[in-house]
Amino acid sequence: MNKKQKINLLRIILAAALLLILSCLRINGVPRFCFYMIPYLIVGYDVLKKAVHGIVHRQPFDECLLMSVATIGAIAAAFAKSGDYTEAVAVMLFYQTGELFQSYAVGKSRKNITELMDISPEYANIYDENGGIVQVDPDDVECGSLIVVRAGEKIPIDGIIKKGSSSLDTSSLTGESLPRDVGAGDEVLSGCINTGAVLEIETTREYSDSTVSRVMELIEDASSRKSKSENFIAKFSRVYTPAVVYAAIALALLPPLVLTVMRIPFLWSTWIYRALIFLVISCPCALVVSIPLSFFAGIGFAGKKGVLVKGSNYLEALSEVKTVVFDKTGTLTKGVFEVVSVHPNDISADELIHIAAHAERYSNHPIALSLKMAFGNEADGCTVENAEEIAGRGIKAVIEGRTVYAGNESLMKEAVSDGIIPECKSCHDHTGTIIHIAIDGVYAGHVLISDVIKPHSAEAVQALKKAGIRETVILTGDRKSTAEQVAAALKIDRVFSDLLPGDKVSKIEELINEKQREEDRVAFVGDGINDAPVLSRADVGIAMGALGSDAAIEAADIVLMDDDPLKIATAIAISKKTLRIVRQNICFAIGVKIICLILGSLGFANMWTAVFADVGVMVLAVLNAIRCML
Amino acid sequence: MKKSYKIEVDCAACAQKMEDAARATEGVRNADVNFMALKMKVEFDEGADPSEVMGRVEKNCRAVEDDCRIFY
Repeated sequence: MNKKQKINLLRIILAAALLLILSCLRINGVPRFCFYMIPYLIVGYDVLKKAVHGIVHRQPFDECLLMSVATIGAIAAAFAKSGDYTEAVAVMLFYQTGELFQSYAVGKSRKNITELMDISPEYANIYDENGGIVQVDPDDVECGSLIVVRAGEKIPIDGIIKKGSSSLDTSSLTGESLPRDVGAGDEVLSGCINTGAVLEIETTREYSDSTVSRVMELIEDASSRKSKSENFIAKFSRVYTPAVVYAAIALALLPPLVLTVMRIPFLWSTWIYRALIFLVISCPCALVVSIPLSFFAGIGFAGKKGVLVKGSNYLEALSEVKTVVFDKTGTLTKGVFEVVSVHPNDISADELIHIAAHAERYSNHPIALSLKMAFGNEADGCTVENAEEIAGRGIKAVIEGRTVYAGNESLMKEAVSDGIIPECKSCHDHTGTIIHIAIDGVYAGHVLISDVIKPHSAEAVQALKKAGIRETVILTGDRKSTAEQVAAALKIDRVFSDLLPGDKVSKIEELINEKQREEDRVAFVGDGINDAPVLSRADVGIAMGALGSDAAIEAADIVLMDDDPLKIATAIAISKKTLRIVRQNICFAIGVKIICLILGSLGFANMWTAVFADVGVMVLAVLNAIRCML
Repeated sequence: MKKSYKIEVDCAACAQKMEDAARATEGVRNADVNFMALKMKVEFDEGADPSEVMGRVEKNCRAVEDDCRIFY
């Protein structure tokens, strides 16, 4: 609780105690009025002050003014007739209690959410002139400075490791708990926590451009992109308050008028009292506070899970997604080549990989890298001489005195003495790139290299189906056979292959036009490297593993911090839960208010009910909003 | 020029009033109040002195919401 809240709490307790004492005393007439004014003013003076302030600045529908009119009206009615001031004072008391509780709950949950998302470092360690280490504000560190990150500290600024190796906890950025090993020369992102040894890092950015500040800025700005629900509430509250106030005036004047005309006896105070009840209910606070808070909590929670949502509107759109379109390479597959099978002819599989890896020793082609990775023991002392690349066909090299050819079929025609490649029985249904190897004119076998499906892709597609996604689609520039094989393995509904980057945009437009209902949405998931136009064209653009890429963060609406496709389902689940809570709050708050208005106008509700409809509903709605982050 | 300031305000509706007041201030091109993050982002007019403009912004915000605070 802050100072202001503590003072308010004291005022409430004091006023409540006074009210209790007064109710035991028997005083009548004007002294009674004066005594009751003491707790009323203690608990309500700031409301009255604000009400006057509101009139001076021409803001007639200020809730303080409405509360003041309602309570002063009740006091006037009591003064004229019953002398029961308790209700007016108690209404003010309860209103203030509700306000206090609401401000405490909102403040507390805001703090929780911001803490949940707060990944900003407090300081950076740099060297001073004498070579000692000093702590400074990360904002003051220039680009290119050397910073020191000790074990347990957060990396404050993006940079490249100059000295030391360690492992990093990236969970605050990616939601991924697996530590990442890094060493000298590796690029590291701010926000990661160093869990191992001391690292010396040369910064490559200023703090304000670093990952942490960009991520924080994104999340904080997210609540300024309003969702449809928020816009609805804003419009609703703009109409609601004046409407209820006018209804209150009508309720105070019209029925008495009618009754007078009909010559039925009535009490003015009854109708004025009912009108005052209207005024108490007229504040739309429960909605105005709880709906943005729900979205904020949802976005904060998604951030914690490694999903950056750039606006409340995108979280809302995500919950309406019915079609998820994937880019294949880098999204569902790893986008790197890997050896998937080795089919030797006469020699052992290990020997074949050994020879193939050595042949590719001096090449940096992705295929060469994958072969070297599969072998893993490149520096084993074998000699590799006269390596030459035969453009578009493969490589020729002399390994330990033996002439080796590694490449495609057309290279084999030259490399194998009889020019015949024996038919392979085991790899007829594989797709990918085949590297044939020949040693000293004899065919030795081949290695199959292919892009591999990410471990979670199939699970992710399943989870999406479970989350109510109607259709999954692949858009890819790859060959039809490869695309279809991936689609079959992952149970993806439709495939569009052989697409140029421009075709992808028109395909997305086709899919958007196909949707069955106006409010259905189409999401596109890509790695953000060359599909920025598609990301921005889709209803919801999701970029994955895009932490480093500014273009992707710019183009996408939702950014997955790591490249796990399972996060898409997580994000959708969070969005649906948030929207469910938002709808509950809207229905609940509007519903209770309308019921209380009806009961009030018929005389079944008193001011206590009205106070509940105002602050009670607000508090419940705020508590419900906080569920978004559970 | 754009700058971000910490603010203190009690309710979402009051934050909205502050935003309107800040936007109407001379020397301010645009202003955004983020109630959830308790921050005010102000974009200043060309050549305006931020601290001088922020004085006016605070005065205008106080007029609509007398217990708000801006830290500048």
